[in-house]
Amino acid sequence: MSANDTTETDDLTLVQAVRDGLYGEMDRDDEVIVMGEDVGKNGGVFRATEGLYEEFGNDRVIDTPLAESGIVGTAIGMAAYGLKPVPEIQFMGFIYPAFDQIVSHAARIRTRSRGRFTCPMVVRAPYGGGIRAPEHHSESKEAFFVHEPGLKVVVPSTPRDAKGLLAASIRDPDPVVFLEPKLIYRAFRGDVPTEPYTTPLGEAAVRREGSDVSVFTWGAMAQQTVEAADQLAGEIDVEVVDLRTLSPLDTDAIVESFKKTGRAAVVHEAPKTGGLAGEITATIQEEALLYQEAPIKRITGFDTPFPLYALEDYYLPEPARIKDGIREVVEF
Amino acid sequence: MSTLQRDPDTRVEILDEDGRVRDGATVPDLDEAQLVEMYREMRLGRHFDQRAVSLQRQGRMGTFPPMSGQEGAQVGSAHALRNDDWIIPSYREHAAVYGKDVGLAETLQYWMGDERGNQMDGKPVFPAAVPIATQIPHATGLAWASKLKDEDRVFLCYFGDGATSEGDFHEGLNFAGVFDTPSIFFCNNNQWAISVPRERQTASQTIAQKATAYGFDGVQVDGMDPLAVYKVTRDAVEKARNPDGDAPRPTLIEAVQYRFGAHTTADDPSVYRDDEEVEQWKDRDPIDRLEKYLRAEGILDDERIETITDEIEDEVAEAIEAAESTERPDPAGIFQHVFDQQPARIANQQAAFERLRDRHGDEELLE
Repeated sequence: MSANDTTETDDLTLVQAVRDGLYGEMDRDDEVIVMGEDVGKNGGVFRATEGLYEEFGNDRVIDTPLAESGIVGTAIGMAAYGLKPVPEIQFMGFIYPAFDQIVSHAARIRTRSRGRFTCPMVVRAPYGGGIRAPEHHSESKEAFFVHEPGLKVVVPSTPRDAKGLLAASIRDPDPVVFLEPKLIYRAFRGDVPTEPYTTPLGEAAVRREGSDVSVFTWGAMAQQTVEAADQLAGEIDVEVVDLRTLSPLDTDAIVESFKKTGRAAVVHEAPKTGGLAGEITATIQEEALLYQEAPIKRITGFDTPFPLYALEDYYLPEPARIKDGIREVVEF
Repeated sequence: MSTLQRDPDTRVEILDEDGRVRDGATVPDLDEAQLVEMYREMRLGRHFDQRAVSLQRQGRMGTFPPMSGQEGAQVGSAHALRNDDWIIPSYREHAAVYGKDVGLAETLQYWMGDERGNQMDGKPVFPAAVPIATQIPHATGLAWASKLKDEDRVFLCYFGDGATSEGDFHEGLNFAGVFDTPSIFFCNNNQWAISVPRERQTASQTIAQKATAYGFDGVQVDGMDPLAVYKVTRDAVEKARNPDGDAPRPTLIEAVQYRFGAHTTADDPSVYRDDEEVEQWKDRDPIDRLEKYLRAEGILDDERIETITDEIEDEVAEAIEAAESTERPDPAGIFQHVFDQQPARIANQQAAFERLRDRHGDEELLE
């Protein structure tokens, strides 16, 4: 079922939409379980699982020991045995003890067993900077997971997408790393259909149509990029494409937009080197080289560790930096 | 007699809840000046903690992890170390690292989001470890390296009850046992890993008993009794430095205590635990107990306590003043200390960043 304008909606923040999405999927499918640190009685450190413990009980909303590898490793076992676990990693910076389980096992169990076992699991993790948090609470390392064949990587940037993409991820038969941009968890509200619905994985969304330059982005940077594009209106007509799913990438949407504008920039919080901007740029060059009128600009975090918060606002791309980058592409 | 060779479910205790020496307990050999200093540091820690939480509430500091209730474990254990013994902290040991001359202003600076506060140059303290339990293997490695260099230093690693669920806890302690490193693994069991109670972390009866699996001593101590904490840590230090015969050097200490406040200022503990439980643990407040003991011994009186109160309030106020008046870190700091030699790609990014600042000015960029 797709959302349309006549459906009943609620006015929710992104984190409330995540919670609403979890609720809806747990309600319609008894095999969906939520597990992780502080997800039960506490309702999650960002309140993303608030009320689920009371509604579904401690067999389906499970406070686990403090062990990321244990959380994801046992979730893989549960998934292989027919459940649909949704483990939460409290912050993306704490996902690394589970990295081995995610990349070596969740991503490969289907291949390894020639399809006998699958891993219908969604690993949720808040990610990204800008909330004045301690070390390891601000990183954007989506590229690590995109690099791993067998994993899907999904990043919502609106409340409506958060609910729909999460539902699609939970119903997907393969493992999904679902990254939630915590900078915009509560930054704004949006209409979210009350009933469960899915937003298809692998499809980008054009957030703003334009004819001069295509800017590809996702997560919290989608807002910053639309803001920069709005500020440039009248001077440069910017198209903003929110990729939403980072693996598999929506190559068609990227190429279609680029063929229209012939110019592109990519905005991401993650460090530049090895970041997805490189992959997107290479995809454009493979598919649409003859349309290219200027070098493709990468507007990204720096190749440095994410600084503590006294300096984090210098690290993150913001409208001034994004506008400069777009102008560079257009004025080439 | 060492406190270490006993059943891991027999808790070492010296002071009772009213600060009286328990029947049969032996008070450790500490002189008056040391006892008063321990008391002063615990009071300082408590006052610092309250002020730091208040600064966060006023928007003058970011997220802060308070430690009220845990001063006895931190100060008692840190005092059992020699000056050149090392502390490998997690992120809540503000009072313990103070004992290694890490000033309160440095601690504040770090929690105000300035990396320079985490440098602690020249002090035998490892940087704060924010991810859980990751410092435990580091602590084993530091101790192992020191042993390979034929030194006689001891390395004390702090972590919480939640950390004992992580793989790094197992791997760090296992290596310590195998390579017989001069290590003390000090578990600040404060009963709650954010909202998850100790019972949910492990089906083990005690955390101390886990040491048995690694082949070394585990001991449980009343972590809100600074004298008992001092005593067991002192015994563990002695054994790590000069083991008897083939006795293994490492020790796991489980200091049973309680975090009176939130996990961090971002946490609301009223969601997951009862006030009644908090009040019960407050009856065992380590500061009250030591104060009563020292009064009864004639070491402290109203006048000395008043002097100490004035001194610690001044010291904390000065630290806040110093931290807040420190010049903000240079944005160029983002690009420093990534490598010994800055690669050209990073140098180019830094140059582009400086041009951006020139074009727009900091005010626009930070808007």
